[in-house]
Amino acid sequence: MPPDLQADIEAVAEQVFAALADPSRRDILAALASGGPATATDLAARLPITRQAIAKHLALLTEAGLVTAEPGERRRIRYRLRSAPMKVAQQFLAALARDWDSPLDALKEHLDRGA
Amino acid sequence: MGFPDRIERTVALAHPPARVWAALTTAEGLAAWFGEEADIDLRPGGAARMRWASGYSVEMRVERVEEPAVFGFTWQIEELPDDDPRRTYVEFTLEPDGAGTRLTVVETGFAQLPEDAYRKVYDGHTQGWASELGELATYLDAA
Repeated sequence: MPPDLQADIEAVAEQVFAALADPSRRDILAALASGGPATATDLAARLPITRQAIAKHLALLTEAGLVTAEPGERRRIRYRLRSAPMKVAQQFLAALARDWDSPLDALKEHLDRGA
Repeated sequence: MGFPDRIERTVALAHPPARVWAALTTAEGLAAWFGEEADIDLRPGGAARMRWASGYSVEMRVERVEEPAVFGFTWQIEELPDDDPRRTYVEFTLEPDGAGTRLTVVETGFAQLPEDAYRKVYDGHTQGWASELGELATYLDAA
């Protein structure tokens, strides 16, 4: 993989993991994943999170590219989950898992041969 | 009612009080670390407001302006209707601390909240001040 692309993937992954590190943001993303697009008001009604905190979290999630605001009048703006950055983060995790898998596979092979 | 009325939090910032004061009391400062847009009429009784892209906004009223040591305002309580007269009071105290600033925020008035809104607002603001003061430090460090 070209070094630039690798750096991009890491930057996206870092934003995804930083976003997911907060339990309120995980709740917001889970609500959007299960219930589809929603306004900040809908989310505040459904979750134990204040409207101000929802506004802050949606701003961060938008900046991280994890949600996208549908065009609309201010209070009617609906937020939709974006899966592209999640997929990048998944790739990052998969790469880490591969690195762990190969020594484990080698160990297994080694043990199998000795059996 | 038996629930706590106040939240208090102190942070050490590596910037002098004048810089912290500007971050807390100017529209440019507030919009950079707290709201996404802000305006403020910095005098006791002056109006201030912060807005976010999702449509949420909060109305504030400036109460104390003692540059560069004390800044206080009241603001609306999120879970109550916009025209509800109940507000909480937020006071920032800035003390020189070497080359930096020891910043204390105290928010009071939670005991007047109805029981069903209390937990959400009190917990929300407790977490909120932890993250906001972190964002303030990040903003000051980056600027």
